[in-house]
Amino acid sequence: MEQKSIQFFPEQASTIAHSVDGLYLYLVLVTAFFSILIATLIVIFAVKYRRRADTPTPKAVHGGLWLEITWSVIPLGLSMVMFAWGASIFFTESRPPADSMEIYVTGKQWMWKIQHMEGQREINELHIPVNRDIKLTMTSEDVIHDFYVPAFRTKSDVLPGRYTTEWFHATKTGAYHIFCAEYCGTKHSGMIGTVYVMEPQQFDAWLSGGGGTGTLAQKGEALFSQLGCVTCHQATADVKGRCPNLHGIWGRPQQLTTGASVTVDAGYVSESILNPSAKIVAGYENIMPTFSGLVTAEGVTELVEYVKSIGPAPGAPGSAPAPAAKGAPAAKGAPAAKGAPAAKAAPAATVKP
Amino acid sequence: MASHSVTLRHHFENAEQQKDASTIGMWMFLVTEIMFFGGLFMAYIAYRGAYPEAFAAGSEKLNIVYGTINTLVLICSSLTMAMAVHSAAVGKKKMIVLFLILTLILGGVFLGIKAVEYHDKYVGHEIPGVNFHPEIDGHPNVAVQNVSLYFALYFGMTGLHAMHMIVGVGMISFLIFKASRGAYTAEWHTPVELFGLYWHFVDIVWIFLFPLLYLIDLHQGR
Amino acid sequence: METVATAVEREPRTYLNVDHTLKSWLLTEDHKRIGILYLIVITIFFAIGGLFAALIRIELTTPAGDLVESSVYNRLFTGHGIIMVFFFLIPSIPASLGNFLIPLMIGAKDVAFPKLNLLSWYLYVIGGSMALTAIIYGGIDTGWTFYVPFSTGYASGMVMLTLVGIFINGFSSILTGLNFMVTIHRMRAPGMTWFRLPLFIWSLYSTSLIQVLATPVVAVTLLLAALERGLHIGIFDPALGGDPVLFQHLFWFYSHPAVYIMILPAMGVTSEIISTFSKKEPFGYSFIALSSLAIAVFGFIVWGHHLFVSSQSVYAGMVFSILSYLVAIPSAIKVFNWVSTMYKGSVELTTPMLYGIGFIGLFTIGGLTGLFLASMGMDVHLTDTYFVIAHFHYIMVGGAIMGFMGGLHFWWPKITGKLYSETWARLSAIIIFLGFNLTFFPQFILGYMGMPRRYHVYAPEFQVFNVLSSAGASVLGLGYALPLVYFLWSIFFGKKAPANPWGATGLEWQIQSPPLPENFEITPVITEAPYHYAPSEEVVHVG
Repeated sequence: MEQKSIQFFPEQASTIAHSVDGLYLYLVLVTAFFSILIATLIVIFAVKYRRRADTPTPKAVHGGLWLEITWSVIPLGLSMVMFAWGASIFFTESRPPADSMEIYVTGKQWMWKIQHMEGQREINELHIPVNRDIKLTMTSEDVIHDFYVPAFRTKSDVLPGRYTTEWFHATKTGAYHIFCAEYCGTKHSGMIGTVYVMEPQQFDAWLSGGGGTGTLAQKGEALFSQLGCVTCHQATADVKGRCPNLHGIWGRPQQLTTGASVTVDAGYVSESILNPSAKIVAGYENIMPTFSGLVTAEGVTELVEYVKSIGPAPGAPGSAPAPAAKGAPAAKGAPAAKGAPAAKAAPAATVKP
Repeated sequence: MASHSVTLRHHFENAEQQKDASTIGMWMFLVTEIMFFGGLFMAYIAYRGAYPEAFAAGSEKLNIVYGTINTLVLICSSLTMAMAVHSAAVGKKKMIVLFLILTLILGGVFLGIKAVEYHDKYVGHEIPGVNFHPEIDGHPNVAVQNVSLYFALYFGMTGLHAMHMIVGVGMISFLIFKASRGAYTAEWHTPVELFGLYWHFVDIVWIFLFPLLYLIDLHQGR
Repeated sequence: METVATAVEREPRTYLNVDHTLKSWLLTEDHKRIGILYLIVITIFFAIGGLFAALIRIELTTPAGDLVESSVYNRLFTGHGIIMVFFFLIPSIPASLGNFLIPLMIGAKDVAFPKLNLLSWYLYVIGGSMALTAIIYGGIDTGWTFYVPFSTGYASGMVMLTLVGIFINGFSSILTGLNFMVTIHRMRAPGMTWFRLPLFIWSLYSTSLIQVLATPVVAVTLLLAALERGLHIGIFDPALGGDPVLFQHLFWFYSHPAVYIMILPAMGVTSEIISTFSKKEPFGYSFIALSSLAIAVFGFIVWGHHLFVSSQSVYAGMVFSILSYLVAIPSAIKVFNWVSTMYKGSVELTTPMLYGIGFIGLFTIGGLTGLFLASMGMDVHLTDTYFVIAHFHYIMVGGAIMGFMGGLHFWWPKITGKLYSETWARLSAIIIFLGFNLTFFPQFILGYMGMPRRYHVYAPEFQVFNVLSSAGASVLGLGYALPLVYFLWSIFFGKKAPANPWGATGLEWQIQSPPLPENFEITPVITEAPYHYAPSEEVVHVG
């Protein structure tokens, strides 16, 4: 962070920052205009019409409907610009581009734990490449937090028990503040960090140096076996066992015993791991034990990535996840999507274990 | 012990204004009660929408017979309360006392049955936060944790309702005492009328609670 | 037969001197005495809340946390918020000035339910004592917003006691609102039709509407939070399927309308003051009156603008955003009408008028900065930063408290029968205005720079504006201390006030200062429109 003498703005370090600052300027101008107008009129009237000893009682001045309408409609019009502009920015912020680089963030009192898909882990630091769309998928281990990067002008609450997302496209290399922006207890103001935006080559270099314990999906595959999931959820495709086969289900609708249907996304998979009886796939029994307490939040993330990696695209499992996540809605909502059109469970693609 | 005519409080111009004011006051108070219960109804809507099957499973654990009896008991108590108000309006002191006593008894029956139900819930480990592990049969897909949401709302809503009943029962006792001493005449019986409004309101709240809590998915015959 | 001397010395009977015993105060049913009882307790809470603010601002002069530890700091801002919102701002104008003036302004002898009125005061004191007890025993660190799961599963201190205290205090608010509404509906003097009511009454009626409808919701919300904390019923716990965001929806369903409880009465005071000291009928009387109702109604449907980044759906957010702009329009209408009242008026810059125009200016800025926050994309950057803090302090301190001070100064002669020193009062008003702006304007800048709220330690680049803000706070504190001195002084040594020192209209100014216990010797009958100003020769000017 460069230390200027007196700053009024954070750095403009993302694509959205420019739009937000533009809107800010408009808002400041409207505010300044009306504040100065009102203040000036008050001062003028207080002076011009000040009471002197010989001032007679003023006559009432009647304005009328048109004046009231005018000074209601003009502010309304100016406000609608504020609404539309702001809503448009927000809409953009709520739709991460399909090919965003994904990074997982877990907030807990009082630190940020970051997991890159390639396996790199960080605490209170986030290294990203410049000029790439980055999508953060975030959850909390305890209370509500908020991941705020002033330089990017973005923030999103981070909730326990569900995933929220935040995306940005950094435009300038440098180091920028991360602040927790939802009060979370004693060290709330210490739950801060730094985003390091790097040139692509430097980022690749950083990524490959250290932390070579495998991608998230690879770690997930290891956990899948270690925790015994593989005994029920068959390792090979096209085998119907006691439990649904997980190959090729990512992003597709699953029919449940209740008749409802749910799209397989991060929220559904994590819920199935921690609270399996919540949703049972049609044609199966409620026999899956819960892994709550047996797997950490990061472990859940790794398993989610593994399931994603054995998704619809035919490819060796364990490789870098295919961009098949197109079908999965950004999990900014409840763990399960409700009301998705009912469909047959997707046939599994043939994949080598 | 002679009955006395309307006592006009000093800040009112006349008896009509006084009665008007207290009647509006009671109606407004009931509106605040709607908002008070409303928060719980909102939570109910949100969670039943999210976990319909868990709510159905929880609802099955309630005793429909007790619930139906209680509903009938409360409806009857509203009838007896209305009769008490009518008796006051025609100045029949003995009938006021009689109907108030009947209302009191019916209210007591309701609370008694509620106490039995609560005890059953305790025995069946169906109180969230207090050793909660109910037996849920026939709902393989329901997460027990979500059923606790149903029961939290069950106890919250019926508990709040029961507290209002208890206050009501206390008030009836006071009214019986005053009525037996001839306080209420055809000319002036505002407390009986206004309390009647309150009592009917508490009844209506139950009319909403009963189907929402006891009758979920009943037709599915599980 | 009395001599002339004794007849002159005998004081006229007032609601103050009719009985001096403590019992006559603590068991009073007189709305005027109840108003004063409220005023005393409100002032005490303001002082405590202000003390916490002082400690916060002192700590924030340096980036490091070197005055107190984080856990203590978190208790300071929690205590500041709870006391200021629930025990100062919500009761402030309605319970003190409203109680005193409503019957006087409508020509009634008292409110509809005097005993209930007294009960409301006791509920306020009991609830407040509980909250204070929790604070004395170390305080709580939940934030005044009590977000879950933090407050129900992780916070320490006497959270339950605080929740119960606020719950009980809520009933004080509900009963006061109920009382006021019935009073205004049914106790108006003959001829006092709705559109002959003073604008202060319109604003208090609208406020009461909100108090009655919204407060029960926060009551049940806090009850649920208490059950969650005490019994772990799981209603907001994700592990049990509960939703922490549901708490936010229920909480803000009250707390947004609550801010209109805080500002509407101040707007009503401003209407009275601007009219009196321009000696002119309020411009657009019906528009000002109806805009109060519009604000009350619209205020109920905008709560989601506190939840834009909470994981609320984008579409819900858009609805709340657009409605939030609509609720701003009636406030704009009022501002334009107030300024137009001064146009071709006869303006006198007395202390109440200084507060009145100060209110208009600061409320305008505060309200306009609310528009920043109503814009979703802008709110993403600004929410939970010092920008929000600056915004609401402009409205609540620059607005509501200035309105309260203006009202106190305007009606003080009526309430006490004494005049305060106009020189000292004007000086304080100016000090408060300057100190306020120095305290809170830098916070807008801090917010845009990205300084989050509720931060005990902060990044070094935020220090400059924090120091300015803290400097302003010292000036502001001085400004608030002065009225305490000269008001008390006026009670003992002030000149006697005439019935109508300001030449104002309104029934309260037609009777003696201080009023009789029964307010009016004979019930007034109203035959003309409000705000009809007498020709100037008849008015007594205040030196």
